[in-house]
Amino acid sequence: MSDFPFLSVLTVAPLVGAVVVALLPRSRPTLAKQVALGWSLLVLALSVVMWVTFQVGGDRFQFRESYPWIPNWGVNFTFAADGIALVMLMLIAVLVPLVILASWHDAESSKRSVPVYFALLLVLECTMIGVFAAADVFLFYVFFEVMLVPMYFLIGSYGGHQRQYAAVKFFLYSLVGGLFMLAAVIGLWVVGGKTFDWVALSQVDISTGAERWLFLGFFIAFAIKAPFFPFHTWLPDAGGAAPAGAAALLVGVLDKVGTFGILRYCLPLFPDAAQWFAPWALALAVIGIIYAALLAVGQNDLKRLVSYTSIAHFGFIGVGIFAFTTQAGTGAVLYMVNHGLATGLLFLVVGMLIARRGSALVSDFGGAGKLVPVLAGVLFFAGLASLALPGTAPFVSEFLVLIGTFTVNKPVAVIATLGIILAAAYVLWMVQRTTQGTLNPALTEIDGMKRDLNLREKVVVAPLIALIVLLGFYPKPVTDVINPAIQATMQDVGRTDPAPSVDTVQEATR
Amino acid sequence: MNEFVLPPIDYAALAPILIMMGAAVIGVLVEAFVPRRLRHPVQLPLALLALLAALTMVVLNADKRVITIGVIAIDGPTLFLQGAILVLAAMALLLVGERAIERGGAFVAQAAITADSPDDRRQAERAGGAGEVYPLVTFAVGGMLIFVSANDLLTMFIALEVFSLPLYLLCALARRRRLLSQEAAMKYFLLGAYASAFFLFGLAMIYGFTAGLGDRAAGVDFATIHAAVTTSTASPVLLFAGMALVAIGLLFKAAAAPFHVWTPDVYQGAPTPVTGFMAACTKVAAFGALLRVFHVAFEGARWDFTPVLGAVAVLTMLVGAVFAVTQTDIKRLLAYSSIANAGYLLVGVLAPGRDGLSGTMFYLVAYGFTVLAAFAVVTLVRDADGEATHLSRWAGLGRRSPLYASVFTFILLAFAGIPLTSGFTSKFAVFGPALAGGQTWLVIAGVLTSMVLAFPYLRVVVMMWLSEPGDSTPTVTVPGGLTSAALVIGVLATLVLGVAPAPLLDLATGAADFVR
Repeated sequence: MSDFPFLSVLTVAPLVGAVVVALLPRSRPTLAKQVALGWSLLVLALSVVMWVTFQVGGDRFQFRESYPWIPNWGVNFTFAADGIALVMLMLIAVLVPLVILASWHDAESSKRSVPVYFALLLVLECTMIGVFAAADVFLFYVFFEVMLVPMYFLIGSYGGHQRQYAAVKFFLYSLVGGLFMLAAVIGLWVVGGKTFDWVALSQVDISTGAERWLFLGFFIAFAIKAPFFPFHTWLPDAGGAAPAGAAALLVGVLDKVGTFGILRYCLPLFPDAAQWFAPWALALAVIGIIYAALLAVGQNDLKRLVSYTSIAHFGFIGVGIFAFTTQAGTGAVLYMVNHGLATGLLFLVVGMLIARRGSALVSDFGGAGKLVPVLAGVLFFAGLASLALPGTAPFVSEFLVLIGTFTVNKPVAVIATLGIILAAAYVLWMVQRTTQGTLNPALTEIDGMKRDLNLREKVVVAPLIALIVLLGFYPKPVTDVINPAIQATMQDVGRTDPAPSVDTVQEATR
Repeated sequence: MNEFVLPPIDYAALAPILIMMGAAVIGVLVEAFVPRRLRHPVQLPLALLALLAALTMVVLNADKRVITIGVIAIDGPTLFLQGAILVLAAMALLLVGERAIERGGAFVAQAAITADSPDDRRQAERAGGAGEVYPLVTFAVGGMLIFVSANDLLTMFIALEVFSLPLYLLCALARRRRLLSQEAAMKYFLLGAYASAFFLFGLAMIYGFTAGLGDRAAGVDFATIHAAVTTSTASPVLLFAGMALVAIGLLFKAAAAPFHVWTPDVYQGAPTPVTGFMAACTKVAAFGALLRVFHVAFEGARWDFTPVLGAVAVLTMLVGAVFAVTQTDIKRLLAYSSIANAGYLLVGVLAPGRDGLSGTMFYLVAYGFTVLAAFAVVTLVRDADGEATHLSRWAGLGRRSPLYASVFTFILLAFAGIPLTSGFTSKFAVFGPALAGGQTWLVIAGVLTSMVLAFPYLRVVVMMWLSEPGDSTPTVTVPGGLTSAALVIGVLATLVLGVAPAPLLDLATGAADFVR
């Protein structure tokens, strides 16, 4: 079974589904939704099989396939997954069906074609899977750029207020980053002897100057994508304007491409430059944690608020990556997964709330919990997961990042810890102003607010809640997969953990 | 008494040129002797057939590497570029020959008749529009075929005139907005005449420079120039001045800054099919000549011309990208985009070696297909007054006609260099060799201007899809078979060259050797 070409099939399958869905007649939207959902569940099933087939403790890269594409330039369709890519692929496969289910009625309000919306979601899934599964730098770049197109139309055609502005800003920011990376990709190709194969390129010795420039080219692209401070300003706009489902994917998965890219490309390919730039990257990450958290406290728009919390979380992931210890790195990757689950859930719940109220402003709510108790409860849970309450999955990852960082860089760890306090502030205050307190009389007049979660919405949130709790108490299945990959990455960088910290990581993961 | 010896002539090698020129002459005769009603049905197949025959000869010549009668070099780059010109010209001819969109086509038969007047309608009905365009296009193509194969500067100059003069006329033939069209033709003609004069002056100086070579007669064929550049001990002032002036003449045709000022006006004023023809074929011809002149004749002076041409390339990219941002007319926007693309092509010209050469040739073909498809869409978006080229009129086009808006979006994404389109692979094809050849600064300038250039393209996409259609949003005319064919070819080529560029790259790499 391990010979099965999982990665290429996983990449192509959603695309085929997208074509099928797009070709369905506009007059039968329900059929389009059902087909899209069925197709994404199929992808999920295949991913689960792949997860089971993955040999923990086996080769670093598994499921490797390679087919020639443009031999003149040494470009191949090479797919391979390490532990980090595997958990991200799994996250995508889990999130997409839930998002499709959650977006069941989103497209109808926009007067635009419903099948196209779901087709775009499937195209997006294809490119997201491709970007994590690629083991050829050229192929990675192709997916990295093409990914913008479906997202651009999801935001621009189906979004809320200011969708045009947000869509263009999103596209231009990402494209600018992508073009910096293109220059670096070409540069890497030239110094690497005209090959794009990741394994071959990671063996190449690059002169210090060239290495730093190339690192910078890749890093800017990923820092914009992630986004790190000060490249973050597109995210609140895009997250605020995108339909809730697309926003969940944007923040939950798309942005992880940035941090994943740093782990997969910046660190192993340019290890010396990565160490040289690490203090700067750490500084950006720490500033991001504090700055974005402060901005989140001040937001009145729910979706923008969640977007800012994400920027703060990406700061934590950045700290975890550039601390260069195994537990911080494992924490960072685990954080990528948990953040996808927690923030994905938060975005979806907030989307349900907004759909009912017809407004995204915090000040338009107040005491909503009295009308929709279950929804309010789920929002509260999602908020708690987002602020990393012990017992929820994000706690494990945040804790790992902080202890892993503390062993090597105390000031950064201490400042980052402040971010946890701010997280409590923005989450709890948001929950208090929307669902707690005295009931806003305006709410009672809105029909939507009289309906609590229906069965479809319960089906959407239940798996996410279950996963968050499960991984909060028992993260071992995920950490087991991540750990070897992180150790290999740290080996590439040439950093070893300080001696006493080894016990700590085992305690934390156990 | 010296006996005059006829130089051996390889007629097979010259066949594509001879076919095109012959077809043009026949076209003129058809215009003179065939009844009006039948001219269009005769001319279009005649021109297409000639292109097909010429293309067949190019393919049959594929392995030829000769210099015949001393002035025409038939080698890999010549054949590749001749093939490219013929294919792209065939596509452009399909647009030129379209009669279904507007009765009588995009061309006027008599300048004195106003569009949509009873006379005009009567004429369009009876005569099927102007027939002169076909021989003019055929002559221009013939000139371009000579231009890319010319092996001395004098032949190159004659070819330049042969393909320029019909183009000036073609620009003036627009049926609607005729003043704009005539103004464009006038500008193009005057500036083109200056450029030709520069070229000729430069040619004379180069001739003077080669006279300093002791054991060899002075001349302007590329072998002599090459020898003079590498071995002459004379002062290089004449060489540099001549090189600069020749370059000005060529860069004018290539629409490189600061010799680009004609481009937006001419692109806007000319009938759209002719604009497409110029954007695709003239570009191929001009860069074909640039490649040959700088890779063969002046190769020994590479260190001297690279910084200057590099500066021109950077300026061209900057001017094209920055001015494109402010445009409000789709044809002017595409004109500035074509200027910026000339800059990227110059990066390819400056990339040394086979890779640079093959990359540039690949870029030319890829860009030609995309730009022709773009202008094909422009011919379709119209209202009662003809084409609606103002950008504000395109708002909401995605709602009115999703199919054509999707096609144009794809074309714009290709211009912006998004992967899986030929725009991306062709950028890689020139930037890769340039970086490998140490021209890092050119690549960085190229990448930075690409970022700027993405904005105007994206603005059009936003207009079409994200804006609501207004009352003045024009409808898209259902295209006739000819335009549809051109559009399908252009879009498919853009996609295929983006997804599977290997076959054409192989062809270009195999062809990347000049005979000297």
